Amino acid sequence: MIFSEITQVLTEQFGIDSFSVVNQKANQPIVQIQANQLLELCQFLANDERLFFDYLACITGIDNGPTANTMEVIYHLTSIPYEHNLAIKVIVERPADGTPPKVPSVSSIWRTADWHERETYDLVGIFFENHPDLRRILLPNDWHGHPLRKDYQAQDFYHGIKVIY
Amino acid sequence: MIVTSVEDLLNWSRLSSLWPMGFGLACCAIEMMASYASNYDLERFGIFPRPSPRQSDVMIVAGTVTFKMADRIRRLYEQMPEPRYVISMGSCSNCGGPYWEHGYHVVKGVDRIIPVDVYVPGCPPRPEALIGGFLKLQEKISNEHPLAPTLLLEIEKENV
Repeated sequence: MIFSEITQVLTEQFGIDSFSVVNQKANQPIVQIQANQLLELCQFLANDERLFFDYLACITGIDNGPTANTMEVIYHLTSIPYEHNLAIKVIVERPADGTPPKVPSVSSIWRTADWHERETYDLVGIFFENHPDLRRILLPNDWHGHPLRKDYQAQDFYHGIKVIY
Repeated sequence: MIVTSVEDLLNWSRLSSLWPMGFGLACCAIEMMASYASNYDLERFGIFPRPSPRQSDVMIVAGTVTFKMADRIRRLYEQMPEPRYVISMGSCSNCGGPYWEHGYHVVKGVDRIIPVDVYVPGCPPRPEALIGGFLKLQEKISNEHPLAPTLLLEIEKENV
């Protein structure tokens, strides 16, 4: 199934207003949706017999910085039997006080999302609601902040060791 | 017949069987393993990796030291019996290497955690460079005075 056919199926199911298409001319156009629709849409993508996206290849978290004041999560899906792909993007607002913005977890649909979401939480600081075990995965538990944020400031000392050069 | 001092004999025996702790952290460890293997054969210097810090004389910090690893390295060093030595192998453990500016997770030099005896530069250093580091360490050990009553000498110096 090519991209236009996939969006056709999505239009039939959720209506034309439920999503928008960005990156139209690129090799991989992206379906952009609202965060509150994510779970429902992903459930459909995974279970529908025509689409059957049974494999979540990657989750990407992006911080657009304090000026743009948004954060993005991009999901790359693949259907192994049908050999077609889809990218979904969710844009959320970035709270100014540094608290993590919330996106629903898709780990109930694809188990692989468990660790992907933990990594996104660890490095970019996006909170995944209803995640079974949202801890840091790479950095130590007592680390402060999320290093891949645009306004990240490294702490001065970690366990008595000076951090900056 | 060989005539020598006890001190020289002690130093010679210690520098001829430097047992490093068998652990590696990153790509430098690959070069370290190559140095152990048959082409470079560190065992001809009596250098043979040990699986436990309790049996080791020297720790080769081969690779990037992250903050998560730093606590473990410090503990392993503390578990080694004295006299103990540390070889810092490669740019990362010398000074942070390529992560010196933007690497939030990298300790900028293992000498911020434990005392280092020999620094081996390189990214990663070739086995020849690591062997060179060991020869420097042997040189250092051969000039030590393990039997000298250092405390007494210090007191004597103060009272002169």
